[in-house]
Amino acid sequence: MSGILLLEQSLNGLQFGLMLFLLAAGLTLVFGIMDMINLAHGSLYMVGAFLAATFVDLTGSFWLAVALALAGTALVGMALEVSVLRRLYARDHLSQVLATFALILVANETVRIVWGPQLPLAAPPALAGPVEIVPGLQYSSYRLVIIAVGLAVAAALYFAIARTRVGMLVRAGASNREMAVAMGVNIKRLFTIVFGCAAALCAVAGAMLGPILAVQVGMGENILILAFVVIVIGGIGSIRGALVGALLVGVVDTMGRAFLPHLLRQFLRADLAGALGPALASILIYVLMAAILFWKPQGLFPARG
Amino acid sequence: MRRWLPFAVLAAAAAFPLVARPLGWDFYIGFASRIMIYALAASSLNLVLGYGGMVSFGHAAFVGAGAYTVAVLMAEGVASAWVAWPLAVALAGALAAAIGAVCLRTRGVYFIMITLAFAQMIYYIAVGMRAYGGEEGLNLPTRSQLGFGLDLKDDVTFYYLVLAILAAALYALRRTVGARFGRVIEAIRENETRMDAIGFPTYRYKLVCFALGGALAGLAGALLANQNSYVNPNLLYWTQSGTLMIMVILGGVGYLYGGVLGAVALLVLEEVVSGYTIHWQLGVGAVMLAIVLFAPRGLAGLAQGRRDG
Repeated sequence: MSGILLLEQSLNGLQFGLMLFLLAAGLTLVFGIMDMINLAHGSLYMVGAFLAATFVDLTGSFWLAVALALAGTALVGMALEVSVLRRLYARDHLSQVLATFALILVANETVRIVWGPQLPLAAPPALAGPVEIVPGLQYSSYRLVIIAVGLAVAAALYFAIARTRVGMLVRAGASNREMAVAMGVNIKRLFTIVFGCAAALCAVAGAMLGPILAVQVGMGENILILAFVVIVIGGIGSIRGALVGALLVGVVDTMGRAFLPHLLRQFLRADLAGALGPALASILIYVLMAAILFWKPQGLFPARG
Repeated sequence: MRRWLPFAVLAAAAAFPLVARPLGWDFYIGFASRIMIYALAASSLNLVLGYGGMVSFGHAAFVGAGAYTVAVLMAEGVASAWVAWPLAVALAGALAAAIGAVCLRTRGVYFIMITLAFAQMIYYIAVGMRAYGGEEGLNLPTRSQLGFGLDLKDDVTFYYLVLAILAAALYALRRTVGARFGRVIEAIRENETRMDAIGFPTYRYKLVCFALGGALAGLAGALLANQNSYVNPNLLYWTQSGTLMIMVILGGVGYLYGGVLGAVALLVLEEVVSGYTIHWQLGVGAVMLAIVLFAPRGLAGLAQGRRDG
């Protein structure tokens, strides 16, 4: 296991973790402020990716397409909030699970009818090749851009939450919703805005990850569970927790996949290690989550103290 | 009216193959068996979720554990139902007890997520069992052997066995929730702090309830493996847990027949809509959404609400 390989896998982990953060940040805000379990969050990620692929076709520019997909998904998200989700805030978690599970089915089929089961989405040609970041390590330039975009969005999000008026209202809503309402916050409008922002973050993640993973129906379900793991590890409602949780999950998952089979081979027979390694690597983040909940049942950074 | 309705349904279910077989509706006999197996699985979740108030999002793991027990034993040459099925129940129950012991330390949303996490671990273990099919799954060469001259490969025999098991399980559930244990479980759901203060060992009661639910799900899994003659890791994927939960919520959380009603409603709806269009998920999703928005207490609640009103 060389230092170069370690660096490469760390970067992969960072890149995946930052994209997870974009999903988890929206999810944790919706969860924390509105006390709403939104299983359809992954569907917005899917819609974002499909919109991006369509706009790349229409405009020919990757970055313009990302911007358009972001706006489009935000609109879809806000429309969804106003038409359906708004009626669910007062209901119990079970109803929310049922309703948003239904929304997943509806979204998957609608996407299938409009676009078909999958769309091609390629990274912009300028970023197709690798670059040498340290001697001996050729690293995909597109993944570097993903890291940069992730860091930029995380910084912008931090600024928006910590320094702006809307961010203040969001924090107030997350820590004590009733009190925020009592102090005269227009919670209805705030919810719609937050939901639109969450949808936009989904679209960024969907569009950026599209060229690496695949743009297909059902892409949201796999990553949704990871995003839930992230926000539970970080503490529901906490943006800082989401960032730490996302990086933790991204790095642990990537490292586990890269090194665990290799590590097991030191102790076990090769065929056994080959069979066990990938399964153990997939389990690793769930073990991490169970362990964290065992010792810190409220997650690492509880938003409600 | 309410007293005889379950018996009327039971009688109708018992008569169904007598009508269906001469008419050549063999497909529907298998379909009805599948519905009843899912009804059993959903009812086991209803015990945990509806009566115990524990929102478990990992119930498919226990169904899958039961199914895999039967399939793996059969691959190793043990086809007897008398060995495999009790073992499936015991294994799923023990798994539920172990997972429950950890999960029940958490509350609310965290409980939902940690049960999900454990179910995903079991899912990946199933994916990792390359000797038993891994991601591809495992075909069962035959159905379990019951003896007594009963051949489960015959769909009608299998149908009657599933019906008998479902009826027995529902009767047992009814006795359980009506007994002191059930009352305590429901009281814990309503106010755990108070029950704790009165002196009930709430954690132990909840754990027993969770393990019972898991064991019953294991039985459903054993039947499901036989029904499909095939197991694969998708049986344990989180969307399966979601589907079971949907059945319970759809039927009516905490109503004895909630799980049954939900399984019948969801599977029949899927079957009917998929007959009209390949985009059946759109219709099913829309109907589910309408039920949440307009019938908050599920189908059983809808029927009861009308009677009370």
